[in-house]
Amino acid sequence: MKIQQLSLFLENKPRTLRVPTKVLADAGINILTMSLADTEQFGILRLIVQDAPKAKAVLEKAGCVVNLTEVIAVEVPDRPGGLDGVLAVIEQSELNIEYVYSFTARKGDRAVMVFRFDNPDQALKTLTAKRVGVIAELEQLTKD
Amino acid sequence: MTIEQWNDLPGGFHPASAMDFLPKPQMRDLQFRRLTAVVQRAFDNVGLFRSRMKERGLSPADIRSLNDIVKLPFSQKTDLRDTYPFGLFASPMSEIVRLHASSGTTGKPIVVSYTKEDIEVWASVMVRTFAACGLHRGDIIQNAYGYGLFTGGLGAHYGAEALGATVIPISGGNSDRQIMVMKDFGVTAICSTPSYFIHLIERAGEMGIDMHDLPLRAGIFGAEPWTEQMRKHIEAGSGIKAYDIYGLSEIIGPGVASEAEGQDGLFIFEDHFYPEIVDPQTGEPLPEGEEGELVLTTLSKRAMPVIRYRTHDITAFLSGPSKCGRTLRRIRRIGRRSDDMFIIRGVNVFPSQIEAALLSVEGTLPHYQIILTRDKGLDQVEVQVEVTAEIFSDKVKAMEQVQGKLAHAVERTLGIRVKIRLVEPHTIERSQGKAKRVIDKRNM
Repeated sequence: MKIQQLSLFLENKPRTLRVPTKVLADAGINILTMSLADTEQFGILRLIVQDAPKAKAVLEKAGCVVNLTEVIAVEVPDRPGGLDGVLAVIEQSELNIEYVYSFTARKGDRAVMVFRFDNPDQALKTLTAKRVGVIAELEQLTKD
Repeated sequence: MTIEQWNDLPGGFHPASAMDFLPKPQMRDLQFRRLTAVVQRAFDNVGLFRSRMKERGLSPADIRSLNDIVKLPFSQKTDLRDTYPFGLFASPMSEIVRLHASSGTTGKPIVVSYTKEDIEVWASVMVRTFAACGLHRGDIIQNAYGYGLFTGGLGAHYGAEALGATVIPISGGNSDRQIMVMKDFGVTAICSTPSYFIHLIERAGEMGIDMHDLPLRAGIFGAEPWTEQMRKHIEAGSGIKAYDIYGLSEIIGPGVASEAEGQDGLFIFEDHFYPEIVDPQTGEPLPEGEEGELVLTTLSKRAMPVIRYRTHDITAFLSGPSKCGRTLRRIRRIGRRSDDMFIIRGVNVFPSQIEAALLSVEGTLPHYQIILTRDKGLDQVEVQVEVTAEIFSDKVKAMEQVQGKLAHAVERTLGIRVKIRLVEPHTIERSQGKAKRVIDKRNM
């Protein structure tokens, strides 16, 4: 239910992004989705891959500092008001969102978005209770 | 004597400057008498000095000539750290009228103290400094050295007041206001760090003010090393004469040595501060004229007498007659040090202080580098710190908080603002021997 996300520290300057992408390419690991948060000096690269522990190992071997974080992949109806409705549920329950980004893959006719909550266990309980769809396994995602 | 008559006298003569011209035999006599007195005072009142003398089987009576000074033990900055705060004082606190503090090698500052007599001596050597640089009672002096625990501000202030000049205690910072005061108050002389003055020249230019048009005619610059090129740059950019002064808090503050109008070396006020030049490795005195480490002994300080203090400043005695006729021994301008201390905006900094501050934030490792640059005359410090698994977070705000914590820790220790740049792991060179902690890109 909670999905492992990798996060890496990158200096915000030329050529740093290719270091992890090349490592993963050489290790035959596919990136399912990603986001790159930037500040003036540095960026945090967030990745969802099929085999997070393997990816962490090869990245660390290459000298990267890598964290594993629990995130939740939430189903969002792909129509106007779809995201707003999900956020309304979250807002009512006083869950705190740290960041969000989208999956490239879908679940049937629904979009999927990665949510990092302050308290992932609490968020899971709340979303399930409010009947907001949550991806249980990455395999459930289909390519469009 | 009128100011006009004073101004007539060559070499910026002021009655207090009489000692600058003392014939050498009389100076040596005076120094010997004062040396025996200070050795006795330190022996009687300073535990660390007494125990070191006893270790060597020495007593004050063993000093029978000036040359016997080489028998005495050295002292160094770590003595002040080890006896923090008051362990080196020779006077009771009831007689101490002033405490100042300055950077130590670690987190704690070093503390220095002054009796009423010491304050008067300090003012007198600053009067001699100003007079040597051609300043006199009619001058309006802008004192941009920092007032507070730092010895620069109050040291220059008391001297300028004793000189009889009009003193503006503006302290450091707020460049626009500095320039406004300089222009509106008819300032004739300024005291500051040389790099800060370069910054003021540039800022004045931006404000449409050419310093050549102002009555400003002299700058009394110290607290950091600066080159002949910088002097030429300052003099060309402002039309003033730029003088180098030297001092250190452990000895007294500013006022240990000063250039004179001839700008041909720094005269040491050796009736108060006895100089030696020694080999930095062996501590052996070097032949006259050879470059080595400056060692200083205070001859008249009462609250905190200092015997053979290793300054870590590298210089040499200059020989031959001086342009102004002063008989005081001269040293070459200080260019470099024999330890890893560096100076930012006039503040002494040891890499070990920065290291301790960084390590106080949980999860950091000592993989850091300090990059020094100078932007429009102002020193900038960037401390690059490698990100470790412990401090790394997936949240940007957490990383910014770490950056903030590190900056705050360093600022708290040094008292100056630094920039923290988080860098990727393994980007800072690991070295075999002593790590190269400081990359100084300033062209001084």
